[in-house]
Amino acid sequence: MARDSEEPFQSEADGLNEFWILGHPETRRKFIKQVAGTSAAIAIGPSLFGSTPGDQTHSTSPAGTSADSINVHLRINGKSYALDLDPRVTLLDALRERLHLTGSKKGCDHGQCGACTVLVNGRRLNSCLTFAVMHEGDEITTIEGLANGSGLHPMQAAFVEQDGFQCGYCTPGQICSAVALLKENHANSDDEIREWMSGNICRCGAYPNILAAIKEAKAKTGT
Amino acid sequence: MNPFTYSRAEDAGQAITAISSKPQGKFLGGGTNLIDLMKMGVETPNELVDINRLPLTQIEDLPDKRVRIGALARNSDVAEHELIKTRYPMLSQALLSGASPQLRNMATVGGNLLQRTRCYYFYDPAFPACNKRKPGTGCGALDGYNRIHAIFGQSEQCIATHPSDMCVALAALDAIVRVRGSNGEREIAFGDFHRLPGDTPQRDTNLALDELIVAVDLPAMPFAARSHYLKVRDRASYAFALVSVAAALDLGPNKRINDARVALGGVAHKPWRAHTAEKKLIGQDASEKTFHDAAEAELAPAKGYKYNSFKIELAKRSIVQALSIVTAS
Repeated sequence: MARDSEEPFQSEADGLNEFWILGHPETRRKFIKQVAGTSAAIAIGPSLFGSTPGDQTHSTSPAGTSADSINVHLRINGKSYALDLDPRVTLLDALRERLHLTGSKKGCDHGQCGACTVLVNGRRLNSCLTFAVMHEGDEITTIEGLANGSGLHPMQAAFVEQDGFQCGYCTPGQICSAVALLKENHANSDDEIREWMSGNICRCGAYPNILAAIKEAKAKTGT
Repeated sequence: MNPFTYSRAEDAGQAITAISSKPQGKFLGGGTNLIDLMKMGVETPNELVDINRLPLTQIEDLPDKRVRIGALARNSDVAEHELIKTRYPMLSQALLSGASPQLRNMATVGGNLLQRTRCYYFYDPAFPACNKRKPGTGCGALDGYNRIHAIFGQSEQCIATHPSDMCVALAALDAIVRVRGSNGEREIAFGDFHRLPGDTPQRDTNLALDELIVAVDLPAMPFAARSHYLKVRDRASYAFALVSVAAALDLGPNKRINDARVALGGVAHKPWRAHTAEKKLIGQDASEKTFHDAAEAELAPAKGYKYNSFKIELAKRSIVQALSIVTAS
């Protein structure tokens, strides 16, 4: 899972504060310099560089040099962030690599596995298949924003109670998706839950427990 | 991913102007297919005009019982809309059988019309031959692994299929695509919107470069309230159709078929309207034999390849089953 590496930004993450996120110019330059260095391919993902195996003739422009960056305001978990972003940065990469909200996971990066599921204006979507610049002013909720202080969201509590995971990698996406599922009123039978959760893949096969967790959360919240 | 310039349009006129002088530019809607293809290096636009803020999300009940769906209405909103569920259930079912809830929340009606094929040879630039991706390079599927490919309307240049479920229902419904370009607005009959591959498989539709889909109109079709979308696929959910059938029947007394609409998905470069089957059905009694004869007639000209010939029998049986479900409903 090389693309999920959080290592390249560890040093930056240590000094991360809102001032930095809001774009202190000197720190930002340092950030861009770091991105342009050797860690970039791992941190942002090879796809951003446009090269694919077997297609060596494809252009390989590094991020940030050939497309102008855009100033974007994002509302995430009730907080406002101002970012300068290359328009190619997906919402998922902005969350993980710029804001260090690494709860949302990069699985397939093609909208097939659901590990990146977040809520945008209350609706679930795949954050890997949408550019961050498209979400100016949108209300975004990630797994980090579900809990009420130290109290787990009922869906989080149900996943813990029912052991709705094994390795846990798909879990943030499963939980965000399940929260939306209850709101959509599509959790009225086991079959309906399975069908409406089909956009979230669990490699460990924890499906029976995920199903049980969703039913428990539904029962406990009366939705 | 190829670098591009991003801009956000506030109205349709602005979007069309922004794109009209940019032959390498594209409109950005839900992005579920375009961004994926950009990650793959298949689509390489140098300019994206974000149309998501355009006021085109309405689902309108028009006075003459027609329904107008705005091009930016999300797949999930269309599928759940009461007008669609009651008047055109096969359209709602088709939408809900496609993709996942997350993708349906993002995907737009206009974008769904412009989905590109999931042919493996098109989708992965590591394969050298694909006339749709790089005209003149050949067709990798013709002698390759062609299990998901076309049995109708294909050419030696391309045997790809259209991936949409929604479009199969729209084909059966005789929908109208409303488009706007630099020269004003025009209507395109659904059957004329998508193209067969012929010698230009790189062109999926008859939309001009500067044209923006603004809406899809559904005609008044009272009997479509009795309709069904049957999708046959490799797993129970979240997979493209091997074969699908959108069917509606206007049944008179004693189950005589006054009118019929049948369209097939997963079998051609465009949603395949089954005109031959419809002609065979009209005037007959709704029975398994009638359905079988209609299916046989429709599939008579079908041509399979090494790995997809099973689709011919599968399509026949799917037509019979879909029509049986409609009759029993």
